[in-house]
Amino acid sequence: MDITPVLLSLKTASVAILFTFVIGTVLAYQVCRMKNEHSKAVLDALLTLPLVLPPTVAGFFLLYLFGVNRPLGAFLAELGIKLVFNWEATVLAAVVISLPLMYRSARAAFEQVDPVYLEAARTIGLSERKIATKILIPLSAPGLTSGTILSFSRALGEFGATIMIAGNIAGVSRTMPLAIYSAVMGGREEEAYGYIIILVLVSFLFVWSLNVFTEARWGRYRLRTRR
Amino acid sequence: MSLYVDVRKKYKGFELETAFSSEQGTLALLGASGSGKSMTLKCIAGLISPDEGVIKLDGRVLFDSAAKVDLRPQERGVGYLFQSYALFPNMTVRQNIAIAHRGDVAGRNAEVDALLARYEIEGLADRYPVQLSGGEQQRAALARIFAYRPQALLLDEPFSALDAFLRENMQAELKRIIRDYGGSVVLVTHSRDEAYRLADDLVILDGGRPAAAGSIREVFSKPGNVRAARITGCKNISAIERTGERSFYAKDWGVELRTAETVLDEHAFAGIRAHDFMAADGGAMGAGGSPNVFAIERLDEIDGPFEKDVIFKAAGGTGRMWWIVGRDADVSGVGALGVAPEAIMLLEG
Repeated sequence: MDITPVLLSLKTASVAILFTFVIGTVLAYQVCRMKNEHSKAVLDALLTLPLVLPPTVAGFFLLYLFGVNRPLGAFLAELGIKLVFNWEATVLAAVVISLPLMYRSARAAFEQVDPVYLEAARTIGLSERKIATKILIPLSAPGLTSGTILSFSRALGEFGATIMIAGNIAGVSRTMPLAIYSAVMGGREEEAYGYIIILVLVSFLFVWSLNVFTEARWGRYRLRTRR
Repeated sequence: MSLYVDVRKKYKGFELETAFSSEQGTLALLGASGSGKSMTLKCIAGLISPDEGVIKLDGRVLFDSAAKVDLRPQERGVGYLFQSYALFPNMTVRQNIAIAHRGDVAGRNAEVDALLARYEIEGLADRYPVQLSGGEQQRAALARIFAYRPQALLLDEPFSALDAFLRENMQAELKRIIRDYGGSVVLVTHSRDEAYRLADDLVILDGGRPAAAGSIREVFSKPGNVRAARITGCKNISAIERTGERSFYAKDWGVELRTAETVLDEHAFAGIRAHDFMAADGGAMGAGGSPNVFAIERLDEIDGPFEKDVIFKAAGGTGRMWWIVGRDADVSGVGALGVAPEAIMLLEG
Protein backbone atom coordinates (compact mmCIF):
# COMPACT_ATOMS: atom_id res chain seq x y z
CA MET A 1 0.00 0.00 0.00
CA ASP A 2 1.26 3.45 -0.95
CA ILE A 3 1.46 5.61 2.15
CA THR A 4 1.63 8.92 0.25
CA PRO A 5 -2.18 9.57 0.26
CA VAL A 6 -2.23 9.05 4.06
CA LEU A 7 0.50 11.63 4.58
CA LEU A 8 -1.09 13.99 2.06
CA SER A 9 -4.43 13.76 3.83
CA LEU A 10 -2.94 14.45 7.26
CA LYS A 11 -0.91 17.34 5.90
CA THR A 12 -3.93 18.83 4.11
CA ALA A 13 -6.22 18.52 7.14
CA SER A 14 -3.57 19.89 9.51
CA VAL A 15 -2.92 22.99 7.42
CA ALA A 16 -6.62 23.44 6.64
CA ILE A 17 -7.63 23.37 10.29
CA LEU A 18 -5.37 26.33 11.07
CA PHE A 19 -7.23 28.44 8.52
CA THR A 20 -10.62 27.01 9.40
CA PHE A 21 -10.17 27.64 13.12
CA VAL A 22 -9.13 31.25 12.76
CA ILE A 23 -11.58 32.18 10.00
CA GLY A 24 -14.50 30.27 11.55
CA THR A 25 -13.96 31.69 15.04
CA VAL A 26 -13.53 35.27 13.86
CA LEU A 27 -16.59 35.06 11.59
CA ALA A 28 -18.66 33.56 14.39
CA TYR A 29 -17.58 36.37 16.73
CA GLN A 30 -18.46 39.02 14.17
CA VAL A 31 -21.82 37.46 13.35
CA CYS A 32 -22.67 37.24 17.07
CA ARG A 33 -21.97 40.94 17.46
CA MET A 34 -24.02 41.99 14.42
CA LYS A 35 -26.96 44.16 15.35
CA ASN A 36 -28.91 43.92 12.09
CA GLU A 37 -30.92 40.70 12.26
CA HIS A 38 -31.48 40.52 8.50
CA SER A 39 -27.87 40.75 7.39
CA LYS A 40 -27.04 38.39 10.25
CA ALA A 41 -29.44 35.79 8.86
CA VAL A 42 -28.11 36.19 5.31
CA LEU A 43 -24.48 35.91 6.36
CA ASP A 44 -25.28 32.91 8.55
CA ALA A 45 -27.01 31.16 5.64
CA LEU A 46 -24.09 31.86 3.29
CA LEU A 47 -21.57 30.52 5.79
CA THR A 48 -23.64 27.39 6.34
CA LEU A 49 -24.24 26.70 2.66
CA PRO A 50 -21.11 24.55 2.07
CA LEU A 51 -22.43 22.21 4.76
CA VAL A 52 -25.67 21.45 2.96
CA LEU A 53 -24.64 21.78 -0.68
CA PRO A 54 -23.15 18.76 -2.43
CA PRO A 55 -19.37 19.24 -2.14
CA THR A 56 -19.18 18.95 -5.94
CA VAL A 57 -21.22 22.16 -6.18
CA ALA A 58 -18.93 23.92 -3.72
CA GLY A 59 -15.99 22.61 -5.76
CA PHE A 60 -17.59 23.91 -8.92
CA PHE A 61 -17.89 27.39 -7.44
CA LEU A 62 -14.27 27.28 -6.31
CA LEU A 63 -13.20 26.27 -9.78
CA TYR A 64 -15.30 29.07 -11.18
CA LEU A 65 -13.59 31.58 -8.86
CA PHE A 66 -10.02 30.36 -8.84
CA GLY A 67 -9.68 28.83 -12.31
CA VAL A 68 -6.65 30.36 -14.05
CA ASN A 69 -8.85 31.75 -16.81
CA ARG A 70 -11.12 33.55 -14.32
CA PRO A 71 -10.47 37.13 -13.15
CA LEU A 72 -9.60 36.20 -9.55
CA GLY A 73 -7.63 33.12 -10.57
CA ALA A 74 -5.75 35.11 -13.22
CA PHE A 75 -4.99 37.87 -10.75
CA LEU A 76 -3.63 35.37 -8.21
CA ALA A 77 -1.62 33.67 -10.96
CA GLU A 78 0.03 37.05 -11.66
CA LEU A 79 1.14 37.04 -8.02
CA GLY A 80 2.45 33.53 -8.45
CA ILE A 81 -0.36 31.90 -6.47
CA LYS A 82 -2.10 28.94 -8.02
CA LEU A 83 -5.04 27.33 -6.24
CA VAL A 84 -6.22 24.70 -8.73
CA PHE A 85 -5.02 21.17 -9.47
CA ASN A 86 -2.23 21.16 -6.92
CA TRP A 87 -1.78 20.41 -3.23
CA GLU A 88 -2.79 23.95 -2.18
CA ALA A 89 -6.14 23.31 -3.86
CA THR A 90 -6.79 20.35 -1.54
CA VAL A 91 -6.30 22.73 1.39
CA LEU A 92 -8.66 25.29 -0.17
CA ALA A 93 -11.34 22.63 -0.66
CA ALA A 94 -10.89 21.31 2.88
CA VAL A 95 -11.12 24.80 4.39
CA VAL A 96 -14.29 25.72 2.52
CA ILE A 97 -16.02 22.43 3.31
CA SER A 98 -15.00 22.29 6.98
CA LEU A 99 -15.62 25.99 7.67
CA PRO A 100 -19.37 25.71 8.36
CA LEU A 101 -18.75 23.14 11.11
CA MET A 102 -16.23 25.42 12.81
CA TYR A 103 -18.34 28.51 12.32
CA ARG A 104 -21.53 26.95 13.64
CA SER A 105 -19.83 25.31 16.62
CA ALA A 106 -18.09 28.56 17.54
CA ARG A 107 -21.25 30.59 17.15
CA ALA A 108 -23.25 28.17 19.31
CA ALA A 109 -20.43 28.19 21.86
CA PHE A 110 -20.36 32.00 22.01
CA GLU A 111 -24.11 32.24 22.28
CA GLN A 112 -24.35 29.83 25.18
CA VAL A 113 -22.06 32.02 27.28
CA ASP A 114 -24.31 33.85 29.71
CA PRO A 115 -24.24 37.51 28.59
CA VAL A 116 -24.08 38.56 32.24
CA TYR A 117 -20.34 37.71 32.27
CA LEU A 118 -19.74 40.03 29.33
CA GLU A 119 -21.80 42.76 30.97
CA ALA A 120 -19.89 42.32 34.21
CA ALA A 121 -16.62 42.54 32.31
CA ARG A 122 -17.71 45.80 30.68
CA THR A 123 -18.70 47.35 33.98
CA ILE A 124 -15.24 46.67 35.39
CA GLY A 125 -13.68 48.40 32.44
CA LEU A 126 -12.29 45.50 30.38
CA SER A 127 -11.78 46.27 26.69
CA GLU A 128 -13.78 44.28 24.14
CA ARG A 129 -10.58 42.56 23.00
CA LYS A 130 -9.75 41.54 26.55
CA ILE A 131 -13.30 40.34 27.11
CA ALA A 132 -13.04 38.17 24.00
CA THR A 133 -9.67 36.64 24.88
CA LYS A 134 -9.98 36.34 28.68
CA ILE A 135 -13.64 35.53 29.09
CA LEU A 136 -15.62 34.72 25.95
CA ILE A 137 -13.11 32.34 24.35
CA PRO A 138 -12.19 30.49 27.57
CA LEU A 139 -15.88 30.05 28.41
CA SER A 140 -16.49 28.81 24.85
CA ALA A 141 -13.51 26.47 24.87
CA PRO A 142 -15.48 23.21 24.90
CA GLY A 143 -17.54 24.29 21.88
CA LEU A 144 -14.47 25.62 20.08
CA THR A 145 -12.64 22.36 20.72
CA SER A 146 -15.47 20.26 19.42
CA GLY A 147 -15.74 22.51 16.36
CA THR A 148 -12.03 22.10 15.72
CA ILE A 149 -12.15 18.34 15.98
CA LEU A 150 -15.25 18.02 13.82
CA SER A 151 -13.74 20.33 11.22
CA PHE A 152 -10.46 18.41 11.22
CA SER A 153 -12.26 15.11 10.77
CA ARG A 154 -14.37 16.56 7.99
CA ALA A 155 -11.28 17.98 6.26
CA LEU A 156 -9.67 14.56 6.47
CA GLY A 157 -12.58 12.96 4.67
CA GLU A 158 -13.13 15.66 2.04
CA PHE A 159 -13.74 14.21 -1.45
CA GLY A 160 -16.20 16.02 -3.71
CA ALA A 161 -14.83 19.54 -3.72
CA THR A 162 -11.27 18.24 -3.75
CA ILE A 163 -11.74 16.19 -6.91
CA MET A 164 -13.38 19.18 -8.61
CA ILE A 165 -10.73 21.76 -7.85
CA ALA A 166 -7.58 19.78 -7.04
CA GLY A 167 -8.08 16.86 -9.36
CA ASN A 168 -6.86 13.38 -8.53
CA ILE A 169 -3.16 13.67 -9.21
CA ALA A 170 -1.14 10.88 -7.62
CA GLY A 171 1.45 12.23 -5.20
CA VAL A 172 0.09 15.76 -5.48
CA SER A 173 -3.62 15.94 -4.72
CA ARG A 174 -4.62 12.30 -4.28
CA THR A 175 -5.69 12.31 -0.62
CA MET A 176 -7.03 9.22 1.12
CA PRO A 177 -10.66 9.55 0.01
CA LEU A 178 -9.51 10.00 -3.60
CA ALA A 179 -7.12 7.08 -3.29
CA ILE A 180 -9.99 4.91 -2.07
CA TYR A 181 -12.08 5.98 -5.06
CA SER A 182 -9.23 5.31 -7.49
CA ALA A 183 -8.46 1.93 -5.92
CA VAL A 184 -12.07 0.75 -6.12
CA MET A 185 -12.45 2.07 -9.68
CA GLY A 186 -9.27 0.23 -10.62
CA GLY A 187 -10.47 -2.98 -9.04
CA ARG A 188 -7.79 -2.90 -6.31
CA GLU A 189 -10.11 -3.48 -3.39
CA GLU A 190 -7.35 -4.71 -1.05
CA GLU A 191 -5.68 -1.33 -1.35
CA ALA A 192 -8.98 0.48 -0.69
CA TYR A 193 -9.50 -1.52 2.54
CA GLY A 194 -6.21 -0.25 3.91
CA TYR A 195 -7.13 3.38 3.42
CA ILE A 196 -10.65 2.84 4.67
CA ILE A 197 -9.40 1.27 7.90
CA ILE A 198 -6.96 4.11 8.50
CA LEU A 199 -9.57 6.77 7.76
CA VAL A 200 -12.17 5.21 10.02
CA LEU A 201 -9.67 4.69 12.85
CA VAL A 202 -8.23 8.21 12.73
CA SER A 203 -11.68 9.81 12.54
CA PHE A 204 -12.97 7.68 15.38
CA LEU A 205 -9.95 8.52 17.50
CA PHE A 206 -10.47 12.23 17.07
CA VAL A 207 -14.18 12.26 17.73
CA TRP A 208 -13.74 9.97 20.74
CA SER A 209 -10.95 12.14 22.16
CA LEU A 210 -13.33 15.08 21.92
CA ASN A 211 -15.55 13.65 24.64
CA VAL A 212 -12.71 12.61 26.92
CA PHE A 213 -10.84 15.87 26.48
CA THR A 214 -13.76 18.25 27.13
CA GLU A 215 -14.83 16.34 30.22
CA ALA A 216 -11.39 16.29 31.81
CA ARG A 217 -10.36 19.83 31.02
CA TRP A 218 -13.50 21.83 31.64
CA GLY A 219 -15.56 19.75 33.99
CA ARG A 220 -14.36 21.67 37.02
CA TYR A 221 -15.90 25.03 36.26
CA ARG A 222 -18.47 24.16 33.65
CA LEU A 223 -20.78 22.67 36.25
CA ARG A 224 -22.78 25.80 36.85
CA THR A 225 -21.67 28.39 34.36
CA ARG A 226 -25.29 28.90 33.33
CA ARG A 227 -27.86 29.49 35.96
CA MET B 1 -21.77 62.63 45.10
CA SER B 2 -24.84 63.01 43.02
CA LEU B 3 -26.81 60.99 40.53
CA TYR B 4 -29.35 62.38 38.11
CA VAL B 5 -31.47 60.12 35.93
CA ASP B 6 -34.19 61.11 33.48
CA VAL B 7 -34.70 58.47 30.79
CA ARG B 8 -37.24 57.02 28.41
CA LYS B 9 -36.91 53.67 26.68
CA LYS B 10 -39.26 51.48 24.68
CA TYR B 11 -38.29 47.84 24.63
CA LYS B 12 -40.32 44.83 23.49
CA GLY B 13 -43.66 46.40 24.28
CA PHE B 14 -42.46 47.77 27.62
CA GLU B 15 -42.14 51.48 28.19
CA LEU B 16 -39.79 52.89 30.79
CA GLU B 17 -40.14 56.53 31.69
CA THR B 18 -38.44 57.48 34.88
CA ALA B 19 -36.77 60.48 36.48
CA PHE B 20 -35.13 60.83 39.86
CA SER B 21 -32.05 62.23 41.47
CA SER B 22 -30.07 61.47 44.57
CA GLU B 23 -27.71 63.89 46.26
CA GLN B 24 -25.96 61.50 48.59
CA GLY B 25 -26.32 58.20 50.32
CA THR B 26 -28.27 55.23 49.12
CA LEU B 27 -31.23 55.32 46.80
CA ALA B 28 -33.52 52.32 46.54
CA LEU B 29 -35.59 51.53 43.46
CA LEU B 30 -38.48 49.45 44.73
CA GLY B 31 -40.93 47.67 42.50
CA ALA B 32 -42.38 44.34 41.47
CA SER B 33 -40.70 42.29 38.76
CA GLY B 34 -41.38 43.92 35.41
CA SER B 35 -41.55 47.40 36.93
CA GLY B 36 -38.44 48.51 35.03
CA LYS B 37 -36.13 48.81 38.01
CA SER B 38 -33.37 46.54 36.68
CA MET B 39 -33.68 48.20 33.28
CA THR B 40 -33.12 51.59 34.91
CA LEU B 41 -30.00 50.26 36.60
CA LYS B 42 -28.69 48.90 33.29
CA CYS B 43 -29.30 52.29 31.69
CA ILE B 44 -27.12 53.90 34.36
CA ALA B 45 -24.38 51.33 33.83
CA GLY B 46 -24.55 51.74 30.05
CA LEU B 47 -25.56 48.14 29.41
CA ILE B 48 -28.80 49.38 27.83
CA SER B 49 -29.06 52.63 25.87
CA PRO B 50 -32.17 54.69 26.61
CA ASP B 51 -34.07 56.12 23.63
CA GLU B 52 -33.78 59.58 25.09
CA GLY B 53 -32.94 61.39 28.28
CA VAL B 54 -30.03 62.38 30.48
CA ILE B 55 -27.93 60.49 33.03
CA LYS B 56 -25.38 62.38 35.11
CA LEU B 57 -23.07 61.12 37.82
CA ASP B 58 -21.19 63.63 39.99
CA GLY B 59 -21.75 66.27 37.33
CA ARG B 60 -20.29 64.01 34.62
CA VAL B 61 -22.64 63.34 31.70
CA LEU B 62 -22.87 59.59 31.09
CA PHE B 63 -25.74 59.81 28.66
CA ASP B 64 -27.44 62.70 26.92
CA SER B 65 -29.54 61.95 23.86
CA ALA B 66 -29.77 65.61 22.84
CA ALA B 67 -25.99 66.06 22.93
CA LYS B 68 -25.44 62.56 21.49
CA VAL B 69 -23.39 61.46 24.48
CA ASP B 70 -23.52 57.76 25.29
CA LEU B 71 -20.44 56.61 27.18
CA ARG B 72 -19.55 52.95 26.87
CA PRO B 73 -19.95 50.97 30.11
CA GLN B 74 -16.16 50.82 30.30
CA GLU B 75 -15.97 54.61 30.48
CA ARG B 76 -18.64 55.13 33.12
CA GLY B 77 -16.75 54.04 36.21
CA VAL B 78 -19.84 52.49 37.71
CA GLY B 79 -19.67 49.29 39.76
CA TYR B 80 -22.50 46.83 39.19
CA LEU B 81 -23.33 43.97 41.53
CA PHE B 82 -25.32 41.48 39.49
CA GLN B 83 -28.10 39.33 40.88
CA SER B 84 -26.08 36.20 40.14
CA TYR B 85 -22.81 38.02 41.05
CA ALA B 86 -21.39 37.12 37.61
CA LEU B 87 -17.96 36.04 38.82
CA PHE B 88 -16.04 34.75 35.80
CA PRO B 89 -16.25 30.96 36.15
CA ASN B 90 -12.93 30.39 34.38
CA MET B 91 -10.97 32.43 36.90
CA THR B 92 -10.12 31.95 40.54
CA VAL B 93 -11.35 34.46 43.10
CA ARG B 94 -7.95 36.16 43.07
CA GLN B 95 -7.93 36.39 39.26
CA ASN B 96 -11.47 37.72 39.27
CA ILE B 97 -10.42 40.55 41.55
CA ALA B 98 -7.06 41.22 39.89
CA ILE B 99 -8.54 41.62 36.41
CA ALA B 100 -10.79 44.44 37.65
CA HIS B 101 -7.96 46.29 39.38
CA ARG B 102 -7.57 49.83 38.21
CA GLY B 103 -4.52 51.84 39.00
CA ASP B 104 -0.84 51.17 39.43
CA VAL B 105 0.10 47.66 38.30
CA ALA B 106 2.97 47.56 40.79
CA GLY B 107 0.55 47.81 43.68
CA ARG B 108 -1.90 45.30 42.27
CA ASN B 109 -0.96 42.22 44.26
CA ALA B 110 -0.91 44.08 47.56
CA GLU B 111 -4.28 45.67 46.85
CA VAL B 112 -5.83 42.39 45.83
CA ASP B 113 -4.53 40.86 49.06
CA ALA B 114 -5.99 43.74 51.03
CA LEU B 115 -9.38 43.29 49.37
CA LEU B 116 -9.31 39.55 49.99
CA ALA B 117 -8.64 40.26 53.66
CA ARG B 118 -11.25 42.97 53.92
CA TYR B 119 -13.97 40.70 52.55
CA GLU B 120 -12.70 37.73 54.57
CA ILE B 121 -12.10 35.53 51.56
CA GLU B 122 -8.30 35.06 51.82
CA GLY B 123 -8.80 31.35 52.26
CA LEU B 124 -10.81 31.15 49.06
CA ALA B 125 -8.41 33.12 46.85
CA ASP B 126 -7.46 30.14 44.70
CA ARG B 127 -10.90 28.61 44.42
CA TYR B 128 -13.20 28.87 41.44
CA PRO B 129 -16.59 30.58 41.82
CA VAL B 130 -18.44 27.28 41.45
CA GLN B 131 -16.77 26.13 44.67
CA LEU B 132 -18.10 29.07 46.70
CA SER B 133 -21.36 29.49 48.59
CA GLY B 134 -23.75 32.29 47.68
CA GLY B 135 -22.51 34.57 50.46
CA GLU B 136 -18.88 33.97 49.56
CA GLN B 137 -19.63 34.71 45.92
CA GLN B 138 -21.26 37.97 46.92
CA ARG B 139 -18.24 39.02 48.96
CA ALA B 140 -15.90 38.11 46.10
CA ALA B 141 -18.07 40.07 43.66
CA LEU B 142 -17.98 43.11 45.96
CA ALA B 143 -14.20 42.82 46.27
CA ARG B 144 -13.98 42.72 42.48
CA ILE B 145 -16.14 45.84 42.17
CA PHE B 146 -14.06 47.78 44.69
CA ALA B 147 -10.85 46.73 42.95
CA TYR B 148 -12.21 48.80 40.08
CA ARG B 149 -12.70 51.87 42.36
CA PRO B 150 -16.17 52.76 41.11
CA GLN B 151 -17.64 56.24 41.41
CA ALA B 152 -21.08 54.80 42.03
CA LEU B 153 -22.29 51.42 43.14
CA LEU B 154 -25.30 49.72 41.56
CA LEU B 155 -26.79 46.78 43.41
CA ASP B 156 -29.26 44.61 41.49
CA GLU B 157 -31.34 42.51 43.89
CA PRO B 158 -28.23 41.74 45.92
CA PHE B 159 -29.86 39.18 48.19
CA SER B 160 -32.18 37.32 45.85
CA ALA B 161 -29.70 34.48 45.33
CA LEU B 162 -29.19 33.93 49.07
CA ASP B 163 -31.22 31.84 51.47
CA ALA B 164 -33.11 33.58 54.25
CA PHE B 165 -30.55 33.01 57.00
CA LEU B 166 -27.64 34.34 54.97
CA ARG B 167 -29.71 37.19 53.65
CA GLU B 168 -30.03 38.85 57.03
CA ASN B 169 -26.32 38.51 57.77
CA MET B 170 -25.41 39.93 54.40
CA GLN B 171 -27.82 42.83 54.82
CA ALA B 172 -25.99 43.94 57.93
CA GLU B 173 -22.66 43.44 56.18
CA LEU B 174 -23.71 45.34 53.08
CA LYS B 175 -25.01 48.18 55.22
CA ARG B 176 -21.55 48.50 56.73
CA ILE B 177 -19.86 48.25 53.32
CA ILE B 178 -22.09 50.99 51.90
CA ARG B 179 -21.32 53.24 54.86
CA ASP B 180 -17.57 52.75 54.43
CA TYR B 181 -17.83 53.31 50.68
CA GLY B 182 -19.30 56.79 50.88
CA GLY B 183 -20.20 57.13 47.17
CA SER B 184 -23.61 57.10 45.50
CA VAL B 185 -25.35 53.77 45.81
CA VAL B 186 -28.44 52.65 43.92
CA LEU B 187 -30.17 49.54 45.20
CA VAL B 188 -32.75 47.72 43.12
CA THR B 189 -35.06 45.47 45.08
CA HIS B 190 -38.55 44.07 45.22
CA SER B 191 -38.34 43.80 49.00
CA ARG B 192 -39.60 46.75 51.01
CA ASP B 193 -37.67 45.41 54.01
CA GLU B 194 -34.36 45.57 52.16
CA ALA B 195 -35.16 49.02 50.82
CA TYR B 196 -36.09 50.30 54.25
CA ARG B 197 -33.05 48.83 55.95
CA LEU B 198 -30.44 49.90 53.43
CA ALA B 199 -31.62 53.08 51.75
CA ASP B 200 -32.04 56.73 52.64
CA ASP B 201 -34.15 57.67 49.64
CA LEU B 202 -36.74 55.68 47.79
CA VAL B 203 -38.25 55.67 44.30
CA ILE B 204 -41.15 53.31 43.76
CA LEU B 205 -41.45 52.09 40.19
CA ASP B 206 -44.63 50.62 38.81
CA GLY B 207 -45.13 49.64 35.17
CA GLY B 208 -42.05 51.58 34.10
CA ARG B 209 -43.05 54.83 35.80
CA PRO B 210 -42.28 56.28 39.22
CA ALA B 211 -45.25 55.93 41.55
CA ALA B 212 -43.68 57.77 44.47
CA ALA B 213 -40.35 59.28 45.47
CA GLY B 214 -38.84 60.87 48.53
CA SER B 215 -36.99 60.03 51.70
CA ILE B 216 -37.67 56.50 52.76
CA ARG B 217 -39.61 57.38 55.93
CA GLU B 218 -41.69 59.93 54.09
CA VAL B 219 -42.69 57.50 51.34
CA PHE B 220 -43.55 54.74 53.78
CA SER B 221 -45.67 56.99 55.99
CA LYS B 222 -47.28 58.92 53.12
CA PRO B 223 -47.17 56.86 49.93
CA GLY B 224 -49.70 59.23 48.35
CA ASN B 225 -51.33 56.79 45.92
CA VAL B 226 -52.71 53.28 45.83
CA ARG B 227 -49.88 51.74 43.79
CA ALA B 228 -47.18 53.10 46.08
CA ALA B 229 -49.15 52.07 49.17
CA ARG B 230 -49.45 48.48 47.89
CA ILE B 231 -45.77 48.26 47.01
CA THR B 232 -44.73 49.56 50.44
CA GLY B 233 -46.79 46.73 51.89
CA CYS B 234 -50.08 48.34 52.86
CA LYS B 235 -52.55 45.45 53.09
CA ASN B 236 -55.76 47.38 53.73
CA ILE B 237 -56.96 49.74 51.00
CA SER B 238 -60.52 50.92 50.46
CA ALA B 239 -62.32 53.30 48.15
CA ILE B 240 -63.65 56.25 50.19
CA GLU B 241 -66.28 58.93 50.12
CA ARG B 242 -65.53 62.25 51.82
CA THR B 243 -67.94 62.99 54.65
CA GLY B 244 -66.22 65.97 56.27
CA GLU B 245 -63.03 67.97 56.33
CA ARG B 246 -61.27 65.24 58.28
CA SER B 247 -63.49 62.21 57.87
CA PHE B 248 -64.58 59.75 55.24
CA TYR B 249 -66.71 56.70 54.73
CA ALA B 250 -64.76 53.63 53.59
CA LYS B 251 -66.96 51.91 51.03
CA ASP B 252 -65.24 48.53 51.13
CA TRP B 253 -64.93 48.34 54.89
CA GLY B 254 -68.32 49.85 55.74
CA VAL B 255 -67.01 52.19 58.46
CA GLU B 256 -66.63 55.92 58.89
CA LEU B 257 -63.20 57.06 60.01
CA ARG B 258 -61.56 60.29 61.11
CA THR B 259 -58.21 61.43 59.80
CA ALA B 260 -55.48 63.76 60.97
CA GLU B 261 -54.98 65.01 57.42
CA THR B 262 -57.51 67.03 55.46
CA VAL B 263 -59.49 64.85 53.04
CA LEU B 264 -59.26 66.30 49.52
CA ASP B 265 -61.31 65.59 46.42
CA GLU B 266 -58.45 63.66 44.80
CA HIS B 267 -58.28 61.28 47.75
CA ALA B 268 -60.35 58.46 46.32
CA PHE B 269 -58.82 55.79 48.56
CA ALA B 270 -57.48 55.30 52.04
CA GLY B 271 -55.04 52.75 53.43
CA ILE B 272 -54.29 51.38 56.88
CA ARG B 273 -51.21 49.29 57.58
CA ALA B 274 -51.98 45.94 59.17
CA HIS B 275 -49.76 46.73 62.16
CA ASP B 276 -51.63 49.94 62.97
CA PHE B 277 -54.82 48.49 64.43
CA MET B 278 -55.21 48.27 68.19
CA ALA B 279 -57.53 46.00 70.08
CA ALA B 280 -60.29 48.01 71.73
CA ASP B 281 -63.03 46.95 74.05
CA GLY B 282 -66.58 47.39 72.88
CA GLY B 283 -67.32 49.99 75.59
CA ALA B 284 -65.06 52.57 73.93
CA MET B 285 -67.18 52.51 70.82
CA GLY B 286 -68.86 55.76 69.97
CA ALA B 287 -67.28 57.46 72.97
CA GLY B 288 -65.88 60.88 72.22
CA GLY B 289 -62.23 60.00 72.90
CA SER B 290 -61.92 57.07 70.48
CA PRO B 291 -63.71 57.88 67.29
CA ASN B 292 -62.07 55.28 65.07
CA VAL B 293 -63.23 52.20 66.91
CA PHE B 294 -65.49 49.71 65.20
CA ALA B 295 -66.88 46.28 65.90
CA ILE B 296 -65.33 43.46 63.93
CA GLU B 297 -65.99 39.90 62.95
CA ARG B 298 -62.91 37.68 62.89
CA LEU B 299 -62.77 35.45 59.79
CA ASP B 300 -59.44 33.67 59.87
CA GLU B 301 -56.04 33.52 61.54
CA ILE B 302 -52.70 32.64 59.98
CA ASP B 303 -49.86 31.86 62.37
CA GLY B 304 -46.40 32.93 61.32
CA PRO B 305 -43.18 32.28 63.23
CA PHE B 306 -43.17 35.67 64.95
CA GLU B 307 -46.44 37.29 64.03
CA LYS B 308 -50.03 36.34 63.51
CA ASP B 309 -52.23 37.60 60.69
CA VAL B 310 -55.82 38.11 61.73
CA ILE B 311 -58.26 38.46 58.87
CA PHE B 312 -61.47 40.24 59.74
CA LYS B 313 -64.24 42.46 58.48
CA ALA B 314 -66.03 45.33 60.10
CA ALA B 315 -69.37 44.30 61.55
CA GLY B 316 -71.32 46.25 58.93
CA GLY B 317 -68.93 45.90 56.00
CA THR B 318 -67.94 43.34 53.41
CA GLY B 319 -64.24 43.94 52.60
CA ARG B 320 -61.70 41.67 54.24
CA MET B 321 -59.00 43.42 56.29
CA TRP B 322 -55.71 42.34 57.80
CA TRP B 323 -54.46 42.92 61.31
CA ILE B 324 -50.99 41.76 62.30
CA VAL B 325 -50.26 41.07 65.97
CA GLY B 326 -47.50 39.38 67.92
CA ARG B 327 -47.51 35.60 67.69
CA ASP B 328 -48.54 35.08 71.29
CA ALA B 329 -51.30 37.67 71.42
CA ASP B 330 -54.67 36.23 72.37
CA VAL B 331 -57.22 37.70 70.00
CA SER B 332 -60.10 35.36 70.76
CA GLY B 333 -61.87 37.95 72.87
CA VAL B 334 -61.32 40.92 70.58
CA GLY B 335 -64.62 42.27 69.31
CA ALA B 336 -63.54 45.75 68.25
CA LEU B 337 -60.48 47.43 66.75
CA GLY B 338 -59.32 51.01 66.77
CA VAL B 339 -56.98 52.96 64.56
CA ALA B 340 -55.35 56.33 65.28
CA PRO B 341 -56.34 59.14 62.88
CA GLU B 342 -52.62 59.74 62.23
CA ALA B 343 -52.20 56.17 60.97
CA ILE B 344 -54.72 56.57 58.18
CA MET B 345 -53.09 57.20 54.80
CA LEU B 346 -55.14 59.16 52.28
CA LEU B 347 -54.41 58.00 48.74
CA GLU B 348 -54.97 59.08 45.19
CA GLY B 349 -56.10 56.45 42.71
